[in-house]
Amino acid sequence: MMKLKQLDGLLGHLQQFSKPKVELEQYPTGHHIASRMLFTAESSFGDVSDKVVADFGCGCGTLGAAAALLGAQQVIAIDIDSESLELALLNAENLELDLDLVQCDIKNLGWRGQIVDTVVMNPPFGTRKKGADMDFLFVALQVASEAVYSLHKSSTRDHVKRAALGSFNASSAEVICELRFDLPQLYKFHKKKEVDVAVDLWRFVPKSNRGNGCF
Amino acid sequence: MRLLTHNMLSSNIKGVTNGFPLGIEVVKVVEKQVELNADFLKNMFHKIDWKGLVDGSRAMGYFELPGEPPETSALESEEFLSKFHHALLELHLEEGALVCPETGNICHFASTLRGFPS
Repeated sequence: MMKLKQLDGLLGHLQQFSKPKVELEQYPTGHHIASRMLFTAESSFGDVSDKVVADFGCGCGTLGAAAALLGAQQVIAIDIDSESLELALLNAENLELDLDLVQCDIKNLGWRGQIVDTVVMNPPFGTRKKGADMDFLFVALQVASEAVYSLHKSSTRDHVKRAALGSFNASSAEVICELRFDLPQLYKFHKKKEVDVAVDLWRFVPKSNRGNGCF
Repeated sequence: MRLLTHNMLSSNIKGVTNGFPLGIEVVKVVEKQVELNADFLKNMFHKIDWKGLVDGSRAMGYFELPGEPPETSALESEEFLSKFHHALLELHLEEGALVCPETGNICHFASTLRGFPS
């Protein structure tokens, strides 16, 4: 298995958004966070290598690339924004990785049941559009058969746990670690140079299939 | 887009009840070699919708898969595994469109961006 330091180094070379879109809450998943997220998923839980992994709201493809580097059999990277997908494609090609790209709003994805093994995502935090992160989580728990890894603001921890176990399809919901998300001043409305946000890395386990129905 | 991904997607057009499998309109198919992973294939065999895979592979010009779903014992055959592997993971729809089976409308999953009609 690839070492964490090596993974971190490779992800550090990826190209990021040049003009992030406010309405989509686009901000890059830093290589530091992405490498630790996927490394933990593989080394502690075996949820990556030889698996089918989907990256929801992939942006420039950092999490998907990390999954591919750790030996995922197939990575499906999904985003609503075509410019993001072009960047993801470029980044994947530079690392000689092969991602399957799908352009779609996560909420409107047509999916034939729980076929993907693992979903990884850094969803919009729902700061601009309330509940956006929970929309992603809802779909992820319908699609994944083994695990969902996601980042949510620590301030929403109780809410995330309640929703995942109560209304969504999770049989377990655990915070694996707390991270500091250093958001550089991407947008004009950010007053400070850098916004430091406390973020939880979650691992959710979906309930097993209740029939193979589409949704 | 590989047929593995195609096998997971269904139509997202509103009001459609049976949106699987999506039809494939091919403009360009490319083949990319992937190392065969027998354990992965044996596991995936049970998750795959066989008809969706066969229809998709035929649309992409590959006719080596049997029309009827094979018995699990077929997984012991190297010849079968290599055909299954090729169809599932090595054929890429590089340019083309995915079509809703119920309405005949094109679903807007731009799987590959270069030259994909949007």
